Amino acid sequence: MLMTGRERLAGEIQALAEKYGKQHSALIPIVQEIKQKYRQVDSFAMQIIADQLGIHPVEVYSVVSFYAFLGSQAQGKYIIRLCRTISCDMQGKDRVMRQLENDLGIKFGETTKDGKFSLEWANCMGMCDQGPALLVNEKLHTRVTPEKVHEILEECRRSFGVHATEQKEVHLV
Amino acid sequence: MNTLPTFNSMTPEAGLKKALTLSRPDIIEEVRSSGLKGRGGAGFPTGMKWNFAAAAKGEEKFIICNADEGEPGTFKDRLILQEHADLVFEGMTIAGKAVGAKEGILFLRGEYTYLKPQLEAVLAKRREQKLLGKGILGSDLEFDIRIFMGAGAYICGEETALIEALEGFRGEPRNRPPFPVNTGFLGRPSVVNNVETLASAACILQKGSAWWTSKGTEKSTGIKIFSISGDCQRPGVYEFPMGITIAQLLKEVGGEGAKAVQVGGASGQCIPASQFSRAIAFEDIPTGGSIIVFGQHRDMLDVLHNFMDFFVDESCGQCTPCRRGNVKLLEGIELLKEGKCSMAYLKELCSLGETMQIASKCGLGQSSPSAFLSVVQNFREEIMGRTSKTLSHV
Ligand SMILES: Cc1cc2nc3c(=O)[nH]c(=O)nc-3n(C[C@H](O)[C@H](O)[C@H](O)COP(=O)(O)O)c2cc1C
Ligand code: SF4
Repeated sequence: MLMTGRERLAGEIQALAEKYGKQHSALIPIVQEIKQKYRQVDSFAMQIIADQLGIHPVEVYSVVSFYAFLGSQAQGKYIIRLCRTISCDMQGKDRVMRQLENDLGIKFGETTKDGKFSLEWANCMGMCDQGPALLVNEKLHTRVTPEKVHEILEECRRSFGVHATEQKEVHLV
Repeated sequence: MNTLPTFNSMTPEAGLKKALTLSRPDIIEEVRSSGLKGRGGAGFPTGMKWNFAAAAKGEEKFIICNADEGEPGTFKDRLILQEHADLVFEGMTIAGKAVGAKEGILFLRGEYTYLKPQLEAVLAKRREQKLLGKGILGSDLEFDIRIFMGAGAYICGEETALIEALEGFRGEPRNRPPFPVNTGFLGRPSVVNNVETLASAACILQKGSAWWTSKGTEKSTGIKIFSISGDCQRPGVYEFPMGITIAQLLKEVGGEGAKAVQVGGASGQCIPASQFSRAIAFEDIPTGGSIIVFGQHRDMLDVLHNFMDFFVDESCGQCTPCRRGNVKLLEGIELLKEGKCSMAYLKELCSLGETMQIASKCGLGQSSPSAFLSVVQNFREEIMGRTSKTLSHV
């Protein structure tokens, strides 16, 4: 199983390298696609990317670790990024943060044990006139209130099937 | 509340059609004589930039549109891309003809990934309509545009860091010179322009430079798009002529009675109410268009704290004044909040800020102390000698 998974990943990376051209400037687009699909870019993936582009894996790591949207560690299926910059801050992002942490039982920078949700901070998302704003993967939510947090999470959970939505989300911390 | 009357009033592709009838130097001359200055913050004259790139030696050249829009409080480029993507692409195509570039790249920030499908559709339609590709509108002009997605780094808005990212490296700014107009993407001459700059250039080609210079001030010509947020009744994207005073602007957005206004985002200046008669223009208070209004109840140290957190997080870490300096300023703000900062130490922090302005490698570290310095200068009364009582007013 493990081998075939790795072979498949290697094959995908090879196909991406063909698509973007085997040159250094293809690095970020390739990493973005792998990250988007697997929610992680592990050392095996970085090695294959390096081989394909003819560079050292450390160079891949240096890029992966630099950008907020990349990063080598595993993240959840839904990555929630809450804007923490001044205008969203003044519009009440702290309360949205509290509610997200309460409802998911994790802190910012963490991923739920079931691998479904990650909480991340974002710097200014360009929605300053409609804050607090957050992104769920690529989807934008504006004027988020603590009550709306539940709705947003339920919308995500629906993609996991009926049973998931029925789960009680009681986390006593 | 969003208004872009000038962009709304343009005839589609009229600027491009005009450019196709002009020689390359004539296009550049039109932009140069309009006095258009870069809308991304630095305010470099656009005609001059195009001229440098046109004069640079090289078979291959690039037009790069900077849509990394990450300055806190800025969101006008998002609206321009949502409502006037065609005008931006038209501007890029005109720039392509002017400097002799065949390829354009839109560098779109990762946070705006949701705009990508719509922008790809606009590009596809333009190819269909022969507005992109080979033989544009029956001429011999060749130009196409692709989209590159950023990966979440404010520093990639800096033009050389942006180019590093395009080339697949960490977004660490380069030394300038050489400037991108000579040594840009893949070492080729490249024009990097802000979204609004390119859209404005398309308008100028259509309406003529005299129309542009009839608006704004002598040194800051034309209209400017502002992103206005914070403590006001009608936040949003607004168009005003250059030279508008802060007081006038506050009246338009319902922000009268403000305590201070941050002009130019986190890297800009904090202007107290006593200076609201000052003008927003390159000759007075320059800005990329970010205006954040602070009401009377705001604690200026909270505001500063938020800005310094931002810079500590976004510094690329390449040079010491910025990497360490921002952390020191942040610690200083924490001391001030606790009421534990001596005047001597505050003076030392200010001199550190001034050192950062001189010694940092790029605009991030050169401008990150501005807010700190302007708050210390203008709100000393509020920030010194805090006790738990003074803190509780927020
Ligand atoms: C830290 C930093 C961030 C920047 N971010 C942006 C940005 O998001 N968008 C932008 O157009 N210019 C940004 N700039 C300015 C660019 O370096 C460059 O001057 C600009 O894109 C040139 O375009 P213009 O002449 O049309 O303004 C930034 C500069 C610095 C130092
Ligand atoms: S000033 Fe800051 S962001 Fe710019 S190069 Fe130096 S460390 Fe990097």
